[in-house]
Amino acid sequence: MRSKRFEILEKRPVNQDGLVQEWPEVGLIAMNSPNDPIPSIVVKDGVVLELDGKRREEFDMIDEFIANYAIDVTSAEAVMAIDSLELARRLVDPNCARQEIVRLARAMTPAKIVDVIHHLNVVEMMMALQKMRARKTPSNQCHVTNLQDNPVLLAADAAEAAARGFDEMETTVAVVRYAPLNALSILVGSQTGRGGVITQCAVEEATELMLGMKGLTSYAETVSVYGTEQVFVDGDDTPWSKSFLASAYASRGLKMRYTSGTGSEVQMGYAEGKSMLYLETRCIMITKGAGVQGLQNGSISCIGIPGAVPSGIRAVLAENLITTMLDLEVASGNDQTFSHSDIRRTARMLMQMLPGTDFIFSGYSAVPNYDNMFAGSNFDCDDLDDYLLLQRDLMVDGGLRPVKEDDIVALRHKAAKALQAIFKELGLPQVTDEEVEAATYAHGSKDVIKRKVVDDLKAAEDLMKSKVTGIDVVKALAKNGFNDVAENLLNLLKQRVSGDYLHTSAIFDKSFNVISAVNDPNDYQGPGTGYRMSVERWNEIKNIARAISADKLDV
Amino acid sequence: MQIDEAMLKGIIAQVIQDMGEGSWSSTDNGCCSDSASKAPIGVYSSPLAVKSFEVLGPARAGVKADEVVIGVGPAFGLGQNKTIVNIPHAQVLRELIAGIEEEGISARVIRIKRTSDLSYIGLDAAKLSGSGIGIGMQSRGTTVIHQKDLLPLNNLELFPQSPLLTLETYRQIGKNAALYVKGESPDPVPTLNDQMARPKYQAKAAVLHIKETEFIVPDGAAEELKAF
Repeated sequence: MRSKRFEILEKRPVNQDGLVQEWPEVGLIAMNSPNDPIPSIVVKDGVVLELDGKRREEFDMIDEFIANYAIDVTSAEAVMAIDSLELARRLVDPNCARQEIVRLARAMTPAKIVDVIHHLNVVEMMMALQKMRARKTPSNQCHVTNLQDNPVLLAADAAEAAARGFDEMETTVAVVRYAPLNALSILVGSQTGRGGVITQCAVEEATELMLGMKGLTSYAETVSVYGTEQVFVDGDDTPWSKSFLASAYASRGLKMRYTSGTGSEVQMGYAEGKSMLYLETRCIMITKGAGVQGLQNGSISCIGIPGAVPSGIRAVLAENLITTMLDLEVASGNDQTFSHSDIRRTARMLMQMLPGTDFIFSGYSAVPNYDNMFAGSNFDCDDLDDYLLLQRDLMVDGGLRPVKEDDIVALRHKAAKALQAIFKELGLPQVTDEEVEAATYAHGSKDVIKRKVVDDLKAAEDLMKSKVTGIDVVKALAKNGFNDVAENLLNLLKQRVSGDYLHTSAIFDKSFNVISAVNDPNDYQGPGTGYRMSVERWNEIKNIARAISADKLDV
Repeated sequence: MQIDEAMLKGIIAQVIQDMGEGSWSSTDNGCCSDSASKAPIGVYSSPLAVKSFEVLGPARAGVKADEVVIGVGPAFGLGQNKTIVNIPHAQVLRELIAGIEEEGISARVIRIKRTSDLSYIGLDAAKLSGSGIGIGMQSRGTTVIHQKDLLPLNNLELFPQSPLLTLETYRQIGKNAALYVKGESPDPVPTLNDQMARPKYQAKAAVLHIKETEFIVPDGAAEELKAF
């Protein structure tokens, strides 16, 4: 006989989630693997001779890269001698300034950092993250994609997402060859919604760089690094080749960050029996060593793996924290479906939303999850009102704002019309008025008019081969009366020349002022310091239209 | 055609199963949000006796311009006999080959030994294909259509969510690969997307990948398998 309670529990969404027992031999363990190395360092004449129990001649290429470029050798031996528990306490102590923690963390080995972090529970990690985030003002990034790569819908969705408050926007493809059209569509849509939003198109690395060089994107993020040598080798890469790619972006005035995350090495079968957090710490240090300004982590596309083992979501928060300790921008995940349970996925998200990060989501799905071509995000457009209410309930700035339906419909329409004009000017396959209308009012790609995919793909290929750049898009917009959008796009291209937004944690406000860790540094040192919402921002967040006003109550 | 005892048992089991289940290429596992949970788990769960595929020798470079080479992962038919949603490998191969052959193109199957990475499995197959078109498939079912002159991480079509791939999809993948050989530009096979496949299957996928990776022979040459 079955217990009726157990029968009902069994049917709850949470019990659809895959769980596995720890398997330390292959690295299926979040933190504290018995195979993780013991922290150690030996420095002589400015050269690291021993790192975490390995002598220099035993280094793999990641050890070598970290030893050469990612550790402050002048104070390493002194800092390594400090008790890890003492360092953990300083991390949480508001009286110990952010800069001091950065100085200490820069002198630690990967195993030492992990040893320090082990002492923290999640509340302490959140307190530390609040202090250690590089930019004082928190922000948010979104995904804009759809199942059909429909360009008209992409433009409309990008315009809406920009108006809702996202400062960065990422697209990717269902069919790889669509990439240039997707990049173009969200570029135009984003600048229609709010000038200064920056966009990217996550595809194969060489294609992605080319899209940036053409001015169809303004930043890049999907440059992946890994914590074991074999996974690097499998991708035909090394930390040095990734550094070269990073420099290619910088030389073209394009913002970029790396991507890594717990679980990727075990997912690819080469974790060497090390814990996910230890390997991720190596990735964070590779990023620092390469001189890259920031990192997207928080497990990212492997979240189902730390999510399936004990203390995994704590490890995910820990990796975000370590990134900030090394003075890097953090785009903190929450960008992939993680659980069938609304309770679990919200709890996982609060770890980043409450302390605030440079980008709380590194992809909130601004489209319905069925259209999310990153295989779904932790939150999607149907969760927007819940998210807005969480901001209001807790008086927390999650980066979004309430909007009015009429305003959004008008913006979506304008973005779709702007894209229609550009397609015409550039000789791309026609966008009909019916397509514009459908995209304006659509919830997702189930509501739009199907395009001739083969024609679009041919046009995308030609566009990639042609000499068309962002400037041609500006001209097409201006010629068709979209002067404000043209001006926004031109301003964005000008930023590529000045390069101020290559500083750590940079975003633009609507007037194209850079807000970064340089001119908006996080100065949190306890109550009354750090980021505090302005009166204007709080009014914006708390003003949810359907709240009943006492003087208008019909009694 | 040589049939050993194990294969014979497999075929018999298959026929019996087909009779019991009606058409196995049912089309009701469409792109709905919970398709993964409805995917063919029940239908295909009876274990087949087919444990391995006959190895003919080292894979040769193709000379026929009208072929597609299907590259399978190192554990295919050895450490693993079915995909992540329990579709037997023998059935998957049969559908891929049928899709190719119905376009008048021939199919060859090789097992990649040196890597478990899908891009390279697909690219290695494409490079050994006389037409330059290859299909790569990991043992858990993740599939790509590749072309020999593309960058490894580029592709013609990618099917990244293995729990969503049905026998019908595999047949369409085979068909499209054949159409590329014929110089056509087919509509890509509709991409399925189930945002809940990850929380449900990712940890299992990781375990299956670890097990696939255990079968890698470093620098090992691909081997030709006997198709049906």
